[in-house]
Amino acid sequence: MTRHIVATVGEIAPGSRKLVTVKGRDIAVFNVGGCYFAFFNRCPHSGASLCNGTIVRPAEVTEPGRYRLAADRLMLRCPWHGWQFELRTGESWCDPATLRARSYPASVESGAQLTKGPYVADTFQVSVDEEYVLIDI
Amino acid sequence: MTIDVLERDATAEIRLKVIDCDIHPTMASLSDLNPWLSKRWQEHIVTYGEFVRQGLAKTLSHPRMQPAVSRADAWPPNGGLPGSHLPFMQEQHLDPNGVAFGVLQPLRPNGNSQRNLEFGAALSSALNEWQLEHWTRRDKRLKGSIAVTQEWPEAAIKEIERHAGNPDFIQVSLPPRADEPLGRRRYWPIYRAAVEHGLPIGLHVSGVNGHTSTASGSPSFYIEEHHSNVQSMQGLVTSLVVEGVFEEFPSLKIVLIEGGFGWVPALSWRLDKHWAKMRDEVPHLKRPPSEYIREHIWYTTQPIEEPEHPAHLIDLFDWIGWDRLLFSTDYPHWDFDDPHTVFKVRLSEARKRQLFYDNAAKLYGLG
Repeated sequence: MTRHIVATVGEIAPGSRKLVTVKGRDIAVFNVGGCYFAFFNRCPHSGASLCNGTIVRPAEVTEPGRYRLAADRLMLRCPWHGWQFELRTGESWCDPATLRARSYPASVESGAQLTKGPYVADTFQVSVDEEYVLIDI
Repeated sequence: MTIDVLERDATAEIRLKVIDCDIHPTMASLSDLNPWLSKRWQEHIVTYGEFVRQGLAKTLSHPRMQPAVSRADAWPPNGGLPGSHLPFMQEQHLDPNGVAFGVLQPLRPNGNSQRNLEFGAALSSALNEWQLEHWTRRDKRLKGSIAVTQEWPEAAIKEIERHAGNPDFIQVSLPPRADEPLGRRRYWPIYRAAVEHGLPIGLHVSGVNGHTSTASGSPSFYIEEHHSNVQSMQGLVTSLVVEGVFEEFPSLKIVLIEGGFGWVPALSWRLDKHWAKMRDEVPHLKRPPSEYIREHIWYTTQPIEEPEHPAHLIDLFDWIGWDRLLFSTDYPHWDFDDPHTVFKVRLSEARKRQLFYDNAAKLYGLG
């Protein structure tokens, strides 16, 4: 696995996403409340662009007629058929054992740290004063 | 078993031409039809609105899966409803998916379900002009469906005759949920007109007829109502066959749009079994029901059946007849099928060509 610099922190504000290409692969990077999540930009069900998906909080049902929004789970919902994937693992809601969206670890590093290497930043001039979003592929 | 992420190279090989037999063009409001409505009907819309057999007439009978029943990525960037902007439809769907021809299925307004028949006929007529003006004349790939008010056959026939022979229209559109099962004789004049003009009848899921949508009563959930479309199709196929429509009109072609197809073999087997014992009740039927079904009925593929073992699709196609299946996407609706990923089973190039293009080209005389 290689860590790739894909954006500055400022480029992907909380609540937004960015489509990046790494090693020929389209990858959707989401900022959800300051945490970053990266997914292969292709729904495993029928190939929709997950970058157009919605971040949703799933409903939990305790008994018929009683439901609430989950306190600690977020899902990425496909823009087409509504398949939902765990933001942290890519596991699907309906079929977690066999169908999952491919996700990649995402993290943030300071420019000062990055200039020490060994990171791949082919399109980025790294400044020691900035912070950067990295994904592992 | 682990299903891996669909890789691009597995599907990108499709550079086939596609005929999409189900595309939904949308209008912002009924007033878009004003250029083709008399002053009387323009005022009628403002003063009285639509009157169909359900409360909340401007809504669907059940809340849908997604806003505007549509893909979340199908909202035109410059505003408006999904399916309302031809350049965006071209950019998002027609061009990248290789659509050589697209069959329009405008769903609203539903002139076919209006209680006021004259108003329904006026809406149907205006909807047909709207298809020509906004879609088929602006993109020659797009082909219209002639909307008619089936509960008033004389008006329906006039509408068919107005457009028959115009290559921009390739079928007559009827709702699967009409006031009565579609085999009933009240609808036969419409079939006669369609046959005389060489037009297939397209039956896209629609119609507000006041009956509960399942034979067991009203559904509680969208998942339940969505499935009831399949039951409507089974009911109307049975009616068309048993009433003798295909004996009367041996060249009639029926296209079932968005009603599934997995049920077709089971229905055929069962009807044949009943017919073997009860044929003296329906002496006008000269052949087993399955033969009429096999000869007269086509099916669009979307939303595709997704059996646990994808290879079972092949069995279904074998039973139904490969020449009777027509690829469709339902763009821009949420349950869109993508031509690159729709068949999760390996098909030969010849089979793909048949499903994606040749069958529809032959049926509709395209290409």
